[in-house]
Amino acid sequence: MNAPKDLKYTKSHEWIKIDGNIAIQGITDYAQNELSDIAFVELPDIGNAVKMGESCGTIEAVKAVSDLYAAVSGEIVEINNSIADGPEIINEDAFGKGWFFKIKMNDIAEVDKLLNAEEYVKFTEEE
Amino acid sequence: MDKKTALYDAHIEKGGKMVPFAGYIMPVQFQGIVHEVKRVRSTAGVFDVSHMGEINVTGERRKEFVNHITTNNVMDLKPNQVQYSMMLYENGGIVDDLLVYNLKDRILLVVNASNTDKDFEWIMNNKWDDVEIENISSSISQIALQGPKSNDIMKELTDYDLDSIPFYHAAETDVCGINAVLSRTGYTGEDGFEIYMPNEHAMNIYKKMMNAGAEYDIEPIGLGARDTLRLEMRYMLYGNDITKDTTPLEAGLSWAVKMTKDEFIGRDVLIKQKEDGLTKRLCAFEMLERGIPRHDYRIFIDNEDMGFVTSGNASPSLDKYIGLGYVKVPYNKVGNEIYIQIRDKMVKALTVKPPFYKNGSHK
Repeated sequence: MNAPKDLKYTKSHEWIKIDGNIAIQGITDYAQNELSDIAFVELPDIGNAVKMGESCGTIEAVKAVSDLYAAVSGEIVEINNSIADGPEIINEDAFGKGWFFKIKMNDIAEVDKLLNAEEYVKFTEEE
Repeated sequence: MDKKTALYDAHIEKGGKMVPFAGYIMPVQFQGIVHEVKRVRSTAGVFDVSHMGEINVTGERRKEFVNHITTNNVMDLKPNQVQYSMMLYENGGIVDDLLVYNLKDRILLVVNASNTDKDFEWIMNNKWDDVEIENISSSISQIALQGPKSNDIMKELTDYDLDSIPFYHAAETDVCGINAVLSRTGYTGEDGFEIYMPNEHAMNIYKKMMNAGAEYDIEPIGLGARDTLRLEMRYMLYGNDITKDTTPLEAGLSWAVKMTKDEFIGRDVLIKQKEDGLTKRLCAFEMLERGIPRHDYRIFIDNEDMGFVTSGNASPSLDKYIGLGYVKVPYNKVGNEIYIQIRDKMVKALTVKPPFYKNGSHK
């Protein structure tokens, strides 16, 4: 299973990449594969405050609707408009071009509560 | 315990994602819904629809009887002709929509999987003494071959002259060495065939079809793509777009209701509804803003709750979000701006003339 080592993961299948106090967030390859054919994403607006583990948007596949959760708390500073225009990018490149948004983190210590790649892979195997 | 169709092992081998549906364990998708929709629209796909119900009606007055329990005119049917029709409750609500096959020694009714038992019981309750009714669903498999290359593929499986089977006609003929019912019908808007055969022959026909279609990249197609394909054509899904609480007139199916024929169950209510005028009508709409309309979402017009969505999805063939829903008359008219309530947002849509997809290869 594909789970890059330099990312952190949630049990709700989001990933983040840390760049200083900025977290770039997306959903995992496992999640995009489970959802398949993502047809619509509703992203938070720039400037919105999001809270770790709380819903901040929606992902819709052709057959299912699911919540998008913030992996860490903070303020949305950038969103990836290209996934709103072409959500299939998430299926094609979940860890790259299919990123969702950037969060300016309130509390970098929250990152320690997330899973590393090894823990995440183990978690998906048990799920 | 969900039943397996005769093609279950083939679905597993092809990597089908299996889900329970209408008492069967069925493939919802193989390669992915979008991919499968495009396969059917471009070349050909194979659907296992063995879960559908088949009911035989025999006896000399079988045509008169089926004419009595369905809305369309069975008396007009020529030998081997197939007809889309509905069965209605006395109050005009829909029991089911179905296909009526006027075969040599029988009329074959093909009904929705989830309604088969209910339909059979309802038919038995209305049965005449001089007709015989038999539910043959559990011994019959149905395979649908759909897509613009269907004719080329079907040619390899039968010697029968396929050009002599027009759209909505059938033949009782040899397919891969066994006697089957072969009709040029489908639920996708593409040219194609539906084949009915005893369960024990289904796997053989399926495999030969897959081999014959290899040069066209034929693929197995799941129920997910089937639902999307039918929605792009505005074909009805019982339980969503038509139910016991909707009449054919409200659903825009009056073309399949022959008011002028002899009586049929539910006719009086339809006549009255037509005289009094309809209060709600099914409309087709495209989203003008982003959002996927889903079953049971509310429809607002001028900030007033005016109806509900019955089906909706992302259309891979049109790259749009599309839906169907009941709204108060006259807001169903083409060119109206309506709003779909998606979670906490009002998302703008436009009522349009169906079908959504206009380039189907069906004849």
